[in-house]
Amino acid sequence: MELSEVMATAFEALTLNKMRTVLATLGIVIGIGAVIALVSLGQASQLAVQSQIQSLGSNLLTVIPGAQTSGGVRGAEGGAASLTLDDAKAIMTSPQVTTVANVSPELSRRAQVVAGGNNTNTQVLGSTPAYTMVRELSIASGRFITQQDVDGMDKVAVLGPQVVSDLFGDGANPIGQSVRIKGMSFRVVGVTESKGGSGFMNRDDIVFVPLSTAQKLLFGVNYLSSISIAAKSEQAMDQARNEVGYLLLARHKLSDPTQADFTIFSQEDILGAASQVTGTFTTLLSGIAMISLLVGGIGIMNIMLVTVIERTREIGLRKSLGARKRDIITQFLAESIILTVVGGVLGMVLGIMLSYVVSILIGLPFTLSLTSVFLAIGVSGGIGIIFGLYPAQKAAKLSPIEALRFE
Amino acid sequence: MIKADNLSKIYSNGSVETVALSNISFEVEEGEFVAIMGPSGSGKSTLMHIIGALDTPTSGAYVLDGKEVGKLSDDELAGIRNKKIGFVFQAYNLLPRTTALKNVMLPMVYAGIPKEERVERAKKLLEMVGLGNRITHTSNQLSGGQQQRVAIARSLAMSPAIILADEPTGNLATVQGEEIMAIFQELGEQRHTVVVITHEPNIAEHAQRIIYLQDGAIIEDSTNHGRRRAKRGGE
Repeated sequence: MELSEVMATAFEALTLNKMRTVLATLGIVIGIGAVIALVSLGQASQLAVQSQIQSLGSNLLTVIPGAQTSGGVRGAEGGAASLTLDDAKAIMTSPQVTTVANVSPELSRRAQVVAGGNNTNTQVLGSTPAYTMVRELSIASGRFITQQDVDGMDKVAVLGPQVVSDLFGDGANPIGQSVRIKGMSFRVVGVTESKGGSGFMNRDDIVFVPLSTAQKLLFGVNYLSSISIAAKSEQAMDQARNEVGYLLLARHKLSDPTQADFTIFSQEDILGAASQVTGTFTTLLSGIAMISLLVGGIGIMNIMLVTVIERTREIGLRKSLGARKRDIITQFLAESIILTVVGGVLGMVLGIMLSYVVSILIGLPFTLSLTSVFLAIGVSGGIGIIFGLYPAQKAAKLSPIEALRFE
Repeated sequence: MIKADNLSKIYSNGSVETVALSNISFEVEEGEFVAIMGPSGSGKSTLMHIIGALDTPTSGAYVLDGKEVGKLSDDELAGIRNKKIGFVFQAYNLLPRTTALKNVMLPMVYAGIPKEERVERAKKLLEMVGLGNRITHTSNQLSGGQQQRVAIARSLAMSPAIILADEPTGNLATVQGEEIMAIFQELGEQRHTVVVITHEPNIAEHAQRIIYLQDGAIIEDSTNHGRRRAKRGGE
């Protein structure tokens, strides 16, 4: 039996009971639609996270202290006091380090910041003027921390836009006003431009103070919580990482790199971790969508079983006219595959529209991966075969005599 | 053409055994028009299933057109039904909502005959049964007699060795039944082998030879001397 004949017969059979065909297809439409929508939204949010992290600087290296070891107990990564301002200065000035453009020593702590009747718990970051260059930070109004502020240990502060709205209200101009950090009064000299981000990535919920002020007046420590380094170019990242690493090992009098009391990581590393998180979410959500696809497949099987019983006489007739088992199997499989593939294509359109609307609503970039499109069609065809095979075999096994007698 | 040698068919349902046919032997020559008669329960349906390669005998040999059918596989039986046997059923059994042309083409589809040839042959056959002007009518737009004539055209599609009709006039009024029997008589004159299964004596009277069955055995096999000629009238 030639393919065109099989397809024509299947289409004719499916158009005989339009309502049932539509309802059976709907399960697949919803299943495939959900999978496509969730996968493409997942990929969109992954892209969004990536571009956010990249906007923080693609040639940025960060050095954090290694874990503190006391009495053989190794503490958390970043807990040690092994990085100093002199380390930062050495990275900048050492002749061994040739690929570093800028170095920003930082001391970061969380603290309560108060202005008038309002207060907020935010990140207080002691920094130097190099911070703006290393982190590609722009100033919306006023100015950033200057070298004079650092040298004079001045009590000045630059606020992130989130802190401005928390303490002074939306759109207020806080320059010239004062905020209190740990009981000390700081004069606000500038506001940074919004960099977006949320949660632990929020770069707007921050207060900058001079590094010297943070170390000596606010927190009473002489170490750094991190050193941010801008490499001269993206290509020089690996070399910069090595140069900085060996310099710090030498300065800390360590010969074995595995004993390093610091960690250097790039945005690439964070990117990897973040992608993994969003990737896991995407997989999880698609898994749930797959379940609805499975339910759709069972719906197809159910309809095909009913169809086989309804058309028992027709099957008997076809067999008496010379249809072999495989002719009957092909005929019923063709019907279930048409059902699922048509459902798959409609579901694909639905899923693309859905993810387009949602990505506009929540401000994500709209992406459409061809892989998921081909996968959807392949998967729906596969479902047609898997769930159509049993009813088709059932039809093919009918005895022609019994089938012809069937009322 | 057909040679039945000591055919028996026994249905066993658990411990109960029902003998549907016991030791039936007969032969049908090419071009013969034979009626198989008998009351219900006489085993004529079972015999028809075996002659039609829809079923296989429990014992004995059944040779159709030189081929022993009794021991073939399902797919081989399907091939025999497709090429050697043309079925005509009491309830016509046309595909619903399908044109006369497509119904006649169906056996040729399973035989893998190219489309142009299928259409050409089906048209000729429909003209032959007097439905040349009805080829695009769907089965539900045709009268019972017309549907049965489509079924006869379909049975001839593969130029089978025998045409096997099971109560072909059972659902038809007398006039239309006459029409159908006239067509079978014409086919017989054209050297087609026709076997009609019926319980109506006035239908069997159209055949050259009548085989009577009772309780699964042949009780009489004789030439029909008072053969009736059916008239093929208009519509």
